[in-house]
Amino acid sequence: MATYLEFIQQNEERDGVRFSWNVWPSSRLEATRMVVPLACLLTPLKERPDLPPVQYEPVLCSRPTCKAILNPLCQVDYRAKLWACNFCFQRNQFPPAYAGISEVNQPAELMPQFSTIEYVIQRGPQSPLIFLYVVDTCLEDDDLQALKESLQMSLSLLPPDALVGLITFGRMVQVHELSCEGISKSYVFRGTKDLTAKQIQDMLGLTKPAMSMQQARPAQPQEHPFVSSRFLQPVHKIDMNLTDLLGELQKDPWPVTQGKRPLRSTGVALSIAVGLLEGTFPNTGARIMLFTGGPPTQGPGMVVGDELKVPIRSWHDIEKDNARFMKKATKHYEMLANRAATNGHCIDIYACALDQTGLLEMKCCTNLTGGYMVMGDSFNTFLFKQTFQRIFSKDFNGDFRMAFGATLEVKTSRELKIAGAIGPCVSLNVKGPCVSENELGVGGTSQWKICGLDPTSTVGIYFEVVNQHNAPIPQGGRGAIQFVTHYQHSSTQRRIRVTTIARNWADAQSQLKHIEAAFDQEAAAVLMARLGVFRAESEEGPDVLRWLDRQLIRLCQKFGQYNKEDPTSFRLSDSFSLYPQFMFHLRRSPFLQVFNNSPDESSYYRHHFARQDLTQSLIMIQPILYSYSFHGPPEPVLLDSSSILADRILLMDTFFQIVIYLGETIAQWRKAGYQDMPEYENFKHLLQAPLDDAQEILQARFPMPRYINTEHGGSQARFLLSKVNPSQTHNSLYAWGQETGAPILTDDVSLQVFMDHLKKLAVSSAS
Amino acid sequence: MNVNQSAPPVPPFGQPQPVYPGYHQSSYGGQPGSTAPATPYGAYNGPVPGYQQPPPPGVSRAPSSSGAPPASIAQAPCGQGAYGQFGQGDVQNGPSSTVQMQRLPGSQPFGSAPLAPVVSQPTVSYGPPPTSSQVTAQLAGMQISGAMAPAPPPSGLGYGPPTSLASASGSFPNSGLYGSYAQAQGHSGAQPPQRSAPPQASSFTPPASGVPRMPSMTGPPLPGQGFGGPPVSQPNHVSSPPPQALHPGTQLSGLPGPPPPMHSSQQPGYQLQQNGSFGPARGPQPNYGSPYQAAPTFGSQPGPPQPLPPKRLDPDAIPSPIQVIEDDRNNRGSEPFVTGVRGQVPPLVTTNFLVKDQGNASPRYIRCTSYNIPCTSDMAKQAQVPLAAVIKPLARLPPEEALPYVVDHGESGPLRCNRCKAYMCPFMQFIEGGRRFQCCFCSCINDVPPQYFQHLDHTGKRVDAYDRPELSLGSYEFLATVDYCKNNKFPSPPAFIFMIDVSYNAIRSGLVRLLCEELKSLLDFLPREGGAEESAIRVGFVTYNKVLHFYNVKGSLAQPQMMVVSDVADMFVPLLDGFLVNVSESRAVITSLLDQIPEMFADTRETETVFAPVIQAGMEALKAAECAGKLFLFHTSLPIAEAPGKLKNRDDRKLINTDKEKTLFQPQTGAYQSLAKDCVAQGCCVDLFLFPNQYVDVATLSVVPQLTGGSVYKYTCFQVENDQERFLSDLRRDVQKVVGFDAVMRVRTSTGIRAIDFFGAFYMSNTTDVELAGLDGDKTVTVEFKHDDRLNEESGALLQCALLYTSCAGQRRLRIHNLALNCCTQLADLYRNCETDTLINYMAKFAYRGVLNNPVKSVRDTLITQCAQILACYRKNCASPSSAGQLILPECMKLLPVYLNCVLKSDVLQPGAEVTTDDRAYVRQLVTSMDVAETNVFFYPRLLPLTKSPIESTTEPPAVRASEERLSNGDIYLLENGLNLFLWVGASVQQGVVQSLFNISSFSQIPSGLSILPVLDNPLSKKVRGLIDSLRAQRSRYMKLIVVKQEDKLEMLFKHFLVEDKSLNGGASYVDFLCHMHKEIRQLLS
Repeated sequence: MATYLEFIQQNEERDGVRFSWNVWPSSRLEATRMVVPLACLLTPLKERPDLPPVQYEPVLCSRPTCKAILNPLCQVDYRAKLWACNFCFQRNQFPPAYAGISEVNQPAELMPQFSTIEYVIQRGPQSPLIFLYVVDTCLEDDDLQALKESLQMSLSLLPPDALVGLITFGRMVQVHELSCEGISKSYVFRGTKDLTAKQIQDMLGLTKPAMSMQQARPAQPQEHPFVSSRFLQPVHKIDMNLTDLLGELQKDPWPVTQGKRPLRSTGVALSIAVGLLEGTFPNTGARIMLFTGGPPTQGPGMVVGDELKVPIRSWHDIEKDNARFMKKATKHYEMLANRAATNGHCIDIYACALDQTGLLEMKCCTNLTGGYMVMGDSFNTFLFKQTFQRIFSKDFNGDFRMAFGATLEVKTSRELKIAGAIGPCVSLNVKGPCVSENELGVGGTSQWKICGLDPTSTVGIYFEVVNQHNAPIPQGGRGAIQFVTHYQHSSTQRRIRVTTIARNWADAQSQLKHIEAAFDQEAAAVLMARLGVFRAESEEGPDVLRWLDRQLIRLCQKFGQYNKEDPTSFRLSDSFSLYPQFMFHLRRSPFLQVFNNSPDESSYYRHHFARQDLTQSLIMIQPILYSYSFHGPPEPVLLDSSSILADRILLMDTFFQIVIYLGETIAQWRKAGYQDMPEYENFKHLLQAPLDDAQEILQARFPMPRYINTEHGGSQARFLLSKVNPSQTHNSLYAWGQETGAPILTDDVSLQVFMDHLKKLAVSSAS
Repeated sequence: MNVNQSAPPVPPFGQPQPVYPGYHQSSYGGQPGSTAPATPYGAYNGPVPGYQQPPPPGVSRAPSSSGAPPASIAQAPCGQGAYGQFGQGDVQNGPSSTVQMQRLPGSQPFGSAPLAPVVSQPTVSYGPPPTSSQVTAQLAGMQISGAMAPAPPPSGLGYGPPTSLASASGSFPNSGLYGSYAQAQGHSGAQPPQRSAPPQASSFTPPASGVPRMPSMTGPPLPGQGFGGPPVSQPNHVSSPPPQALHPGTQLSGLPGPPPPMHSSQQPGYQLQQNGSFGPARGPQPNYGSPYQAAPTFGSQPGPPQPLPPKRLDPDAIPSPIQVIEDDRNNRGSEPFVTGVRGQVPPLVTTNFLVKDQGNASPRYIRCTSYNIPCTSDMAKQAQVPLAAVIKPLARLPPEEALPYVVDHGESGPLRCNRCKAYMCPFMQFIEGGRRFQCCFCSCINDVPPQYFQHLDHTGKRVDAYDRPELSLGSYEFLATVDYCKNNKFPSPPAFIFMIDVSYNAIRSGLVRLLCEELKSLLDFLPREGGAEESAIRVGFVTYNKVLHFYNVKGSLAQPQMMVVSDVADMFVPLLDGFLVNVSESRAVITSLLDQIPEMFADTRETETVFAPVIQAGMEALKAAECAGKLFLFHTSLPIAEAPGKLKNRDDRKLINTDKEKTLFQPQTGAYQSLAKDCVAQGCCVDLFLFPNQYVDVATLSVVPQLTGGSVYKYTCFQVENDQERFLSDLRRDVQKVVGFDAVMRVRTSTGIRAIDFFGAFYMSNTTDVELAGLDGDKTVTVEFKHDDRLNEESGALLQCALLYTSCAGQRRLRIHNLALNCCTQLADLYRNCETDTLINYMAKFAYRGVLNNPVKSVRDTLITQCAQILACYRKNCASPSSAGQLILPECMKLLPVYLNCVLKSDVLQPGAEVTTDDRAYVRQLVTSMDVAETNVFFYPRLLPLTKSPIESTTEPPAVRASEERLSNGDIYLLENGLNLFLWVGASVQQGVVQSLFNISSFSQIPSGLSILPVLDNPLSKKVRGLIDSLRAQRSRYMKLIVVKQEDKLEMLFKHFLVEDKSLNGGASYVDFLCHMHKEIRQLLS
């Protein structure tokens, strides 16, 4: 544990946790002065190939308000067979099964390396995975065809006993019954009418089965009491049927007159999907997968009318309060999302269209339930097909990487309280002694529901130090936090993953250096960014930026070394040095800047930002730029316009896009066809190198990034130009003389200007 | 009757006899006088003989009666002889010469005519079986009859009375008694009475007819009179004389003769005669309490009938429907009916005749209650004869008659009057050399468009009049232009949607399987237009229980697709493409669907159904497809599932005969009316096939079919084995029949009268336009007219019925029917040109609608009152003064009382214990769109003896009157009323007959309720089956055969249709009712 960097990395690998501070200020007052809150990024299901789950159940603290789980931090009295809870200090008896416990015979959960441990629960029924496809049929023929093929393909990826269902929609909504032989049968609903869950279940004839199921469940836990549902059937039984059914799907037959959008009942379709699962499989992991090719145009949840001459709302309309359907639609989808979340079902949205599809209104469906949001131009693209396929990717055990119906519970030691969480989760409204009154993100609870999650799903959890200044913590005291994640594994097992961590307390006045050194600026940047994005959902963009700026200035004032009123004297220690740069790029990022983005795009970007792990989040904030040249091996270069040189090939990864940019000269060479000449094979290799690297990224990334191959002067080069720091603009062109990169036509401030201002403000005594 | 049969023959006999005679006489007496003239052939013959000429013909006919026992034959002659005498006597006595006159003319034709035979036949049949049983029955009846007049007879005899009467008359057996009478009368024994009966019936009316002639002709000898008379008589007595005129001579004479003045003058005389004839009838009335006593008085009164001292109203002496029908058939069936002459009364609906359109619509399209209408509303009010037309715009024609020509006036559309919008028709008057025309309806003068101009000939007629159907024919069609189409778009071809109940009941009864199997082949026979190779009609399928299942049967699919719509509260159509398909394009998919439907629902446990949403769905489907069409709904149960139009069981027999009875006929909820309105707007016609096992509230369920011009078919307790044939036959016919869609009918009239009321299956959103979502060849609209101004005798009155509709190929057309009527200033002309069948059609519909809003009793009273007023007005204004005690009926309306009685006794107006609320509602709505022929047979069923006529004869056997006493227990009868078909087997029918018909050795082994006759290769079997087939072919609905054995349980059902008898429900017998009518009339007169 040589450096904090290593410590952080090690902790992340083992526990999937990154804290903004790794030494905690010991009083509330000091903590608030740290500017960046005490918080962590938790990746609950971080892949741990080296961590085999234990096949028994955890031991709980017997205090009803605590129920913390036995962990390596607990003090154990091996003789008395007692253990003391490290959160509430309750002394507990070991259960009979632990009779043989001793110093040399410890259960796994007591070993320090098992600060994260996973239990498999044997009790209860094993509910199958459920996949409910909700498919828009108002698509162009080739789009529909591509989608059908993707869906058919997906059937082969599902485990044989998984249940699948199909709902199609256009002007009407059809719920397909999959059990019948011969005639294919579907229940049809009007696309304009909002139905309550009860009505939907009545109309689908689900009322009775649902009741009997509930009764039957306790009685015969081992059986599958659900198979009665005609709409959700095991894949192995109806594989052929469903394949045919999908094959026969027709474009929505209702005529669309000139100048109109097709009538698309997305709102009702989703409502029915939610209602169907709610009625048949409450509290069972299930995935509703919505595939849509355009905006909802009728019924509840409509986003735009069917008149083509009225365009779909833009940010401009929203600011002008001119988006007449937005509020209502948002409310509709929020209601659905909450219902789905309550029942542990997650909703994915796969929206492929050239125009907006209403993701802004529908975003809560994915955000609250932990579903995926995928945006593309067409279902007939590599991007969609690969992304969709990747959903069903498997881990080293051959299990899906997805997990369902998780509950994340956080327990803290007394000095800490929980302020809230930001991520693909909803509050379960569990109040408790460790819940703070001050909310950051989704607060007021110690438990959250995450209906769908995968090994990269990451939640930001914010804490508040509540220890009073006048009640110092004894030297060497440690604060502890326990994360308990109950979830349904894709193998249908119920599992519990427990992570217990502890950090040292430090007195901020006397030991500020310690605290400073233990600052994780990457985690802090992401956590602050999450807060900012979270605010941006409800506040005006400029306000959020101002808040972010103020936080940054305060942080610099607190931790910078400078002489008052002397900007040139300003210095930041290593552990803070990158932070301002992150903030600079964050300010320019699509998460906070809506200019040039449609509301849908903003929603899409924010969705992914709020669920990705730290590394990916950082890439989103500050894209990575690699440079390829004959001068040496590929190297990361500054995300700066100065890096755009004529004889370089650039590879930029913004998470959402992979851009390969050929410098002017390179582009000319390629045009001249040098790469095809045997004597210029090295050029060919040079051209190939970034392509190979890009492939590597593409292979791992979910969702598939947009892959852009462009060159100097190409229209797509804008993706690169909009990201780099505009150190040279048309205003400052040639100001730096020599061989500089490309000028950017923008009025945005450059990082240099930004830093100058920051320094000025930080050292100013006025603020 | 049958019940009584066992009673000892003799004793009763004795008893009744005394009574009998009295009755007889009275009636008789009346008969002879009046009867003879009564024209009814039988009657005539009777009298005729007296007159001289008749006898021979009568004789000749007698043989024709064939099987008739010698007695009858003998009778015939005898009767004639007797009559001859009587006739003379009568003449002198009563109305004097006039009477004779009448008879004479009448008689002559008759003599020649087959009248006699007809009469004789029935008697004959009876004659043979004078078995004890019958006699006894009669006896019983006799007794009752005595009692009956005053009040319903005690005991079950209620039946008896009527029967007895009839039987008495029919049954000669009385021998002794009769003999005496006969002698007294001068007739040849008992026999004459029989004959006379028929004659009498006829005589009632005939007298009237005869009378008129009399005055003019008076004294003259028969021959002379005959000639002179006939012409006169014909005009006067619409029905009798002309038809009778078998002799060409008479007819001819009649035609020329008919000068209007003549008639009027003659009439008085006529009445006189009638009086004489009625004398008898009248007798009973005064005496009502003790009708028979009347006889004596009676006898005294009208001198003529002297011979019959003891009097009783002889059933044979009162007007016989059978006789009238037969007469008309014989007289008018042989020559085509040419429509060129204004105000001609067409032959009866029961007569087969051809029509030649020469400017007026065929009676197949329009029939009027009167073809000569009063000029003023005062007269009309006085006469109380409703002015109504029964219009069947798309009536089917016999193959010999041409369909209306289709006229295409090109882009400008049909030529119409600018003011009243009447269409060009033969009555339009071209003036100013053809440059203009004057509208015959509103007198507006219009310009003739240049492209339509044509010169006029010297008579003022357009030169091209005969080249243009619209200028020379009564009925024709115009091609409509786009202006006549909805949304100014030519319609697309209509669609048929089959909507099948697949709830538990429907599956269990086998209905669904049967239906699906049938549809597979039936779909090849959708209606086509003209020579089209395949039907343009598209089809769609829906099944439902408490949710609806739509099917996508697009030809390109490998399998049909089912779409379930459970949102019944807010119905919609889930698919567009692939729901309505062309049969040939989607045959494989449709077949596959129909194969699978029964399988899919085979295990259903769903018993609840919805109804309104089903119709709504069909309507929405048509709306989505932008076409008109028809829904075929196959439904089994009361729709109790939660949905719009949900019904509850509200059947309550306790309401019968209370003021709340009307609620049983009213729909439970208004939802169906508004649904129907939407359907009509979309041109969505609904045909409903019901298969109830219990109450389904037909009154409510039939609202939509009723308002959309659809039909309702009901198969109670449907079982495949028993009802398959009937259902399939109805279904085939219903699917195949030609239908017009999205129709609007407008009846225009010339100034002076106006259409004010409409009856039938349609919807009206204003007071003039009859909107019909669908209209087929069976549906009839009855229109009532009222005066709003004075009419002109010269110009008469014109009707133009214009029907705008979409043909089954999707062509928009206008069908125009024109009819010109005469107008009169003399009431007598009105009465002479009435048509009772049409009148009854109107009155029945009027009454059946009345029960919706009024207590049934008051409806009945209204009918009786109106009828009495009609007859009283006649008596007062057209019949010559005579004793108030005499019942005088106009010739054309002599059947009014018997038919009216049938209406009054019908299930709707007087339900029996076995008649369910649903049945009543069902019949009520059925009658609403019946045409005249259907109402005729529906109210007065046809009863055909099967073994009386020679087996070889290919014609239908002559019917007998619907009365138990006409049944011989040694015979087999067919009874039909357009809905039901019974085969009644007498208890002592020959074993050979049983064998050859049922392939069963004896009567007792015939299973009760048999509904199919085995196919056997013997003449009798072939003949009977052939007859049944031909009867079925005549009716728009398949009549299921029910074999009824005498004395079997089922016989009660059968007896319900013997409408001349007293009914179990308290319906009066014919005789009783006639007496009652007489009383009413007398009250009005006094």
